[in-house]
Amino acid sequence: MNKSKPSNESYLKENKILRDLFKKHLDIYEYYFENNSTVVFNQDSLIEIMTTLQNNSQINFEILIDIIAIDYSDYGISEWNTGSAHNKGYSRGIKKNSSGRYTYESSKTNTNQPKKRFATIYNLLSISSNCRINIKFYCDDDDNPSLASVTSIWSSADWYEREAYDLLGIVFIGHPDLRRLLTDYGFIGHPLRKDFPLIGNVEVNYDLNKERVVYQPVTIKPRVLIPKVIRNSDDGDNEDA
Amino acid sequence: MPDIKSFTMNFGPQHPSAHGVLRLILELEGEVIKRADPHIGLLHRGTEKLAESKPYNQSIGYMDRLDYVSMMSNEHAYVLSIEKLLDINVPIRAKYIRVMFDEITRILNHLLWLGAHALDIGAMSVFLYAFREREDLMDCYEAVSGTRMHATYYRPGGVIKDLPLSMPKYEESKWKSKKEINKLNEAREGSLLDFIEDFCSRFPKCVDEYEALLTDNRIWKQRTVDIGIVSKERAFQLGFTGPMLRGSGVAWDLRKKQPYEIYSELDFDIPIGSNGDCYDRYLVRIEEMRQSNKIIKQCIKWLKENEGEIISDNNKITAPTRDSVKEDMESHIYHFKLFTEGYCLPEGEVYCAVEHPKGEFGITLISDGSNKPYRLKIRAPGFPHLAALNEMVRGHMISDVVAIIGTQDIVFGEIDR
Repeated sequence: MNKSKPSNESYLKENKILRDLFKKHLDIYEYYFENNSTVVFNQDSLIEIMTTLQNNSQINFEILIDIIAIDYSDYGISEWNTGSAHNKGYSRGIKKNSSGRYTYESSKTNTNQPKKRFATIYNLLSISSNCRINIKFYCDDDDNPSLASVTSIWSSADWYEREAYDLLGIVFIGHPDLRRLLTDYGFIGHPLRKDFPLIGNVEVNYDLNKERVVYQPVTIKPRVLIPKVIRNSDDGDNEDA
Repeated sequence: MPDIKSFTMNFGPQHPSAHGVLRLILELEGEVIKRADPHIGLLHRGTEKLAESKPYNQSIGYMDRLDYVSMMSNEHAYVLSIEKLLDINVPIRAKYIRVMFDEITRILNHLLWLGAHALDIGAMSVFLYAFREREDLMDCYEAVSGTRMHATYYRPGGVIKDLPLSMPKYEESKWKSKKEINKLNEAREGSLLDFIEDFCSRFPKCVDEYEALLTDNRIWKQRTVDIGIVSKERAFQLGFTGPMLRGSGVAWDLRKKQPYEIYSELDFDIPIGSNGDCYDRYLVRIEEMRQSNKIIKQCIKWLKENEGEIISDNNKITAPTRDSVKEDMESHIYHFKLFTEGYCLPEGEVYCAVEHPKGEFGITLISDGSNKPYRLKIRAPGFPHLAALNEMVRGHMISDVVAIIGTQDIVFGEIDR
C-alpha cells in the first residue's frame, strides 16, 4: 500500500520552476519540508515571503486557493491502545480525556503535539506556470496564536482569515475587519480547536414562560461510536503473504 | 424631515432570491449600493468537525450535503484525497463511471443555476424547462445509487455498484393512461447507459430551447450585460475559479490543466468569456453544458465497449463481496474490520481538487495515521465568490444584487459547511 515516497530534494528536483524559485528568492530564509510537499517557514518573515511568491521574476502565484488552520494538540493520540494485549485483553476505546469525549468541564491535558499547537497552511496556485505550493507557518505562541495578515497581498484572504479566526482563534494582525464569520452571533469559543467538545457547550430552546428562544448548557452526553485507533502499517499483521 | 443621505437595509436570510440563507446588510444611497456585508453561517453544520470524529468512509455522505446541487463532484474530491494518501489503484472502468457522473452532475448543477438565475431576474418559464431535464438526470442518480440526490456512490478505490442493466419504469395509474406510460417508458426499456445516451441525443436541442428564451432576449441582456464586471486581475486577487474565472477570460480548467481520472483522454473544449460580466458567465455555463454532453457521450461509448472491475480489490479499503464474506475466513475478517473500525491512512497531508461545476472544489486532508481524519478542510468554490460580492455589487442598483447572486451560483451547503 505504501510505496516509498520521494525525499525532499527530489520534490524540488522534479519541478524546475520551483527549484529556480527557491534558488533565486527563497534560499535566504530558513525552511524545511514537511510531508514532502509543504514548505515550513518561520512566521517572522511571513509578509516578505508571501509578497515574493505573489510577484517575482520566476513564478507568480496569482491565486490564494485556501488557508488551512490546524490545531495540533491532539495529534497522534488514539483512544484505543492497539499495540499490546495484557491478561485482561485489549484496552477499550473509553479513554475519558480523548477528543471525542470532551465536555465543557473536562480540562485539557494532552501535550503530545509535535512542535507548536497551531499552524496555518497557505495553498497557492500559479495560473501562469500551472503549479501549486503549500506554505506553512507554525504560530510561535500557543496561548495567543497570531500571524500577519495577507489581505494586502491577496484580497481573497479576507474571509479565509476570518474563518480561521472564528473556528480556531488565530488572530491575523493587520486584518481590516476580523469578525466571526461562520458561527452564531455572540458565539463563545473556537469550534475547530481540539479541546472544543463535539457536542458543543450550549443548546437553544424555546422558553414558553419567557416567550423567547433561550440558550442553556447542553443536555446530551458525548458518545464515541468508533474509537480513534492508530495502526502502523508496518505492524506485520497487515502484510499479505 | 431630516435629510437622510444613506441608509442601511437588511436583505434575507429568508428571501427567495438569496439562494438559501444569505443575509446581506446593504448600505444604500438612494437605490445605489455603497457596501454589502454578507452574513453567512446560518447553515453551518460543522461538517469539518464532524468528519474528525468519524472513520473515513462515514463522511462520504456528508460530502453530498455540502454543495447539494452537485453531489457527486463533492464526493469525488474527498475520495480522491483518500486514494492519494493511501496510494491505491482505481480500476479504469470506475474512472470512466466517475467522470460520466461528474459531467451529469455538472449539467444538473448548471440546469438548476440557469433556472434559478432566470427566475430571479424574472423569467419564469426557463425554470420549468430546466427542471424537466433535471428529472431525467435525477433518475440516473436514483438508478445507480438508490437516491435522487445524496448518492454516496463514490468510494475510495472506485464506485460502490456497477451501472444497472435496466431502468425503473413508470407504472400505470388512474392519472396516466397506458399510452402516456408507454411514451414515458420509451427511453427506459434498455440499460442505464441506453437511457443516458437517449438523454444526450435530446439534450443539445433542450439547450437550444433555453438559449432561444434567453440569449437574445432584450430583458435578459438588459439585466446581465455589463453587470458585475470582474477583470482578470481582480478575479485572480479574489480567488475566483471555475466559470467565474473563465467568464473573465482566463482559460483555466483543472480537467485540462491538471487532469485527474481520465480527462486527458477525452475531447472537449473550455469556453471562456471576454468582458467578465454576468452575460459572459451565462454564455460560459451554457457552453459548458454542451461540452459536458459531449464528454458523457464519449464515456458511454467507452463503457459500452469495455467491461471490468468497478472497485479496487484491496479488501482493507473496500468491502469484500457478500458471497465471499459467507465462505471465506479472510473476507469475513476484512468485512468485520472495515465496518467496525474502518481503515487507517498513513500520516501525511494531501490536497486534491476537482473541477467542480462551481469552480475548484478541494479537500485538504491531514492524517495522523489513525482511522479518522485529523483535519479535513473543505475548499468550497462558492466561498471566495461570495466574499467578492461586496466588490461586485458596489455602485450597482439594488435589483442587480439579485442578478449578481444568481451569476455567482451560490449554494449555502458548501459555503457554510
